[in-house]
Amino acid sequence: MSDTVLLDAYGIAKSFGAVHALTNARLRVRAGEVVALMGANGAGKSTFIKIITGALKPGSGQVLIRGEEVRVGNPAQARKSGLVPVYQEPSLIPDLDVTDNLRLGDTPKESFRKWVEELGITDLNMSDTIGELPLATLRILDLARALASEPDVLLLDEMTAALPADLVERVLKVVRQQANEGMGVIYVSHRFNEILELCDTASVLRDGETVGDLTIEAGVEERAVELMLGQKIELGERKITTDLRAHSGNPRVKVRNLAIAPKVTGIDFDLYPGEVLGVVALEGQGQDELFDILAGFYPATSGLIEVNGKSMSFKHPADAIAAGLTLVPGNRADALLAQRSVRENIALPFSVRLPTWGALKLRHEKERVQFAIDKLQIDTRAEGEVQRLSGGNQQKVTIGRWLATGVETLLLFDPTRGIDVRTKRQIYPLVRELAAKGASVLFYTSELDEVSLACDRAIVIFNGQIIDVIDAKDADEQTLMRAAYGLTSREGVA
Amino acid sequence: MSDVIRKNAWVAGLVALLAVLLVVTKLIQPTFGVSGLESIARAALPFAFATAGMAVVVIVGGIDLSVASMMAVCAVAAAVLMERMAGVPALLIVLALGLVMGFLNGALIVLTRVPDIVVTLAMLFVWEGVALLILETPGGAASDWLEQSIRGSFLVPGIPNALVVTIICVAVVWLPIRRSKLGLSIYATGSDELAAFRSGVAIGPTKILAYSLCGVLCAFGGLSLAALTGIGEPVPGPYLLASVAAVVLGGVVLGGGRGSLLGPLIAVYILRIIRTILTLLAFDPNVTTIIEGVIMVGVVMLGTAAMMRGAQQ
Repeated sequence: MSDTVLLDAYGIAKSFGAVHALTNARLRVRAGEVVALMGANGAGKSTFIKIITGALKPGSGQVLIRGEEVRVGNPAQARKSGLVPVYQEPSLIPDLDVTDNLRLGDTPKESFRKWVEELGITDLNMSDTIGELPLATLRILDLARALASEPDVLLLDEMTAALPADLVERVLKVVRQQANEGMGVIYVSHRFNEILELCDTASVLRDGETVGDLTIEAGVEERAVELMLGQKIELGERKITTDLRAHSGNPRVKVRNLAIAPKVTGIDFDLYPGEVLGVVALEGQGQDELFDILAGFYPATSGLIEVNGKSMSFKHPADAIAAGLTLVPGNRADALLAQRSVRENIALPFSVRLPTWGALKLRHEKERVQFAIDKLQIDTRAEGEVQRLSGGNQQKVTIGRWLATGVETLLLFDPTRGIDVRTKRQIYPLVRELAAKGASVLFYTSELDEVSLACDRAIVIFNGQIIDVIDAKDADEQTLMRAAYGLTSREGVA
Repeated sequence: MSDVIRKNAWVAGLVALLAVLLVVTKLIQPTFGVSGLESIARAALPFAFATAGMAVVVIVGGIDLSVASMMAVCAVAAAVLMERMAGVPALLIVLALGLVMGFLNGALIVLTRVPDIVVTLAMLFVWEGVALLILETPGGAASDWLEQSIRGSFLVPGIPNALVVTIICVAVVWLPIRRSKLGLSIYATGSDELAAFRSGVAIGPTKILAYSLCGVLCAFGGLSLAALTGIGEPVPGPYLLASVAAVVLGGVVLGGGRGSLLGPLIAVYILRIIRTILTLLAFDPNVTTIIEGVIMVGVVMLGTAAMMRGAQQ
């Protein structure tokens, strides 16, 4: 790390109407330094990133890159000044091939290819159309394109989300190398272990204000969480320890020999009333297909699904819903009416479910919706349109509506992806509460530490099969990770 | 090589379909020859230009409902100007007029942020009024050389002049752009506006450019109308919906980002030849339009299914 300041943003404020997204944000990046930008959802991170990258004009304050003010309003301009962002969603053009995408941004081709290989992708065909490539590849291409333009400062926004573990390692290694050679890096991530591994310092944003700068060292997590939340809180601890299976007789959902060509070859498990069953798997092991089948998107190739003892064959999502199976999809946008209000979104399942309407029931509905809003602590400043809520608050609506409505079996697909710590900690008790009321929950998560916080047991899927069943009390991250990688000696069947 | 075929599968399919239709025509009417081709090419002229213009704005992710009105403005302007002044300056003025109208369409969409379909619907009426202001009843006179330029087949032996003129005009307007970064920007904007913005594409100017190109192509369309009739007709012809039809049939995805100008142009001729065949078979003209509609849905449906199967393999 040297003393050359590459990026200096200070006194940044920005309001949208009456909402003050940022009040006093600052960030300084020196040459050779990797700075983590941290903050809970709604802290103003996205707005700050947009201002730094020149996509938004700050209300007040200045962004200097190498001492020169960033000309605002055009990402191309910020790029030329030396700051290159890699966003959460790949910014490659889906209908153009790789070569044309490079031409569009004047990216040097040779250097790009070098970085693609460095980052672990060896079979790239330059005439492939972007839209036909898998998401993980696109993220790597996006990063390679950014590196090829030789930025002074690289901004990575949740770069490793949706990347398989081996590619994550490559990315972290390459980024660290570049920093050591003098590049400045802004690293936005919800993953603590990556921040610990990669970053030198962290800048923490809370409620639109930069509240602290930390040096990354062992044990810094506690302090960072404290700063993000604004108060000292306990790190998540599991409070529910009752053995629920003991008093639950027959399984609510019974799956036997389930096969879904080509990925899933044999899945067996039982899901009991009042149980939260975790699903642990690396990307693409067949968990997506399992949830699709249980939600009735398409029929399985073979195998048996029993709900409350009756054999089921779902031909349409309506069949699954009728059988009491409810999916909360991984993509929040799929579950919400984005332009309608929070209340309407929570009340939606009522209107689908109730055959009759009446004054009493409407009042009843209203109460329960209010109950859910209070319970979830949904930030209702933007309640008029769900799309204006932060991602975390949107997710609370997708889960909370079932709290208001009641549900038999809930299929949660990675409900905490891209959500801040504070919201996550509100979601676990919510899931537990649903289970306590008798619901069965199938809970796929890409974050291993959630298993011990929210689940009773977890099944581990590897290569289309259940490779292990682990009790929550034994479900430390190492055990789960080993199992997820297929390293297990146990032959477990739930 | 297989990549090239895969990426242009739709156009290849259209070419095959066109060839089959030509053979069918020849079978139904053995005397069908160069003069038959010529009359199809002449009739297709205004459709071809309207379609090319529409294709450009659809590729950028928009739509222009005012193509037929802009063509009417250019047709009457050409007929009025050519009556009074030398042909070449008049022609240049008409092309400039098309450019300005297209530019205004694009600029209004970009600056007001009113949806393209609303803006161009409004402009449909505006340009219609302008055409009637210029010339209330059909009149004026197109230059003789303009009328001659689309007759016969002397430019390239065996190929109707009307077809040659269409290809040259569209190529002159489109190819320099398509081959440059501007073309990429047009495709990028239509494909994913946010990604294009983040890749450094100037979205607004790109859209305005696409609408301006559409205006220029409509000016050619207006000139072709004047050339075909010899006069200026202020009431817009049936080119709007026909151009959308040819664009879709030609493999340009409504919503933008995909397709070329070649496909829609071939589609124009396919639709014209189908009409010729149905006329030769002495179908009721009303039944003819029904059949045309059914064929369109059928071809797009089969084409999409075939592409999807291809993509799965």
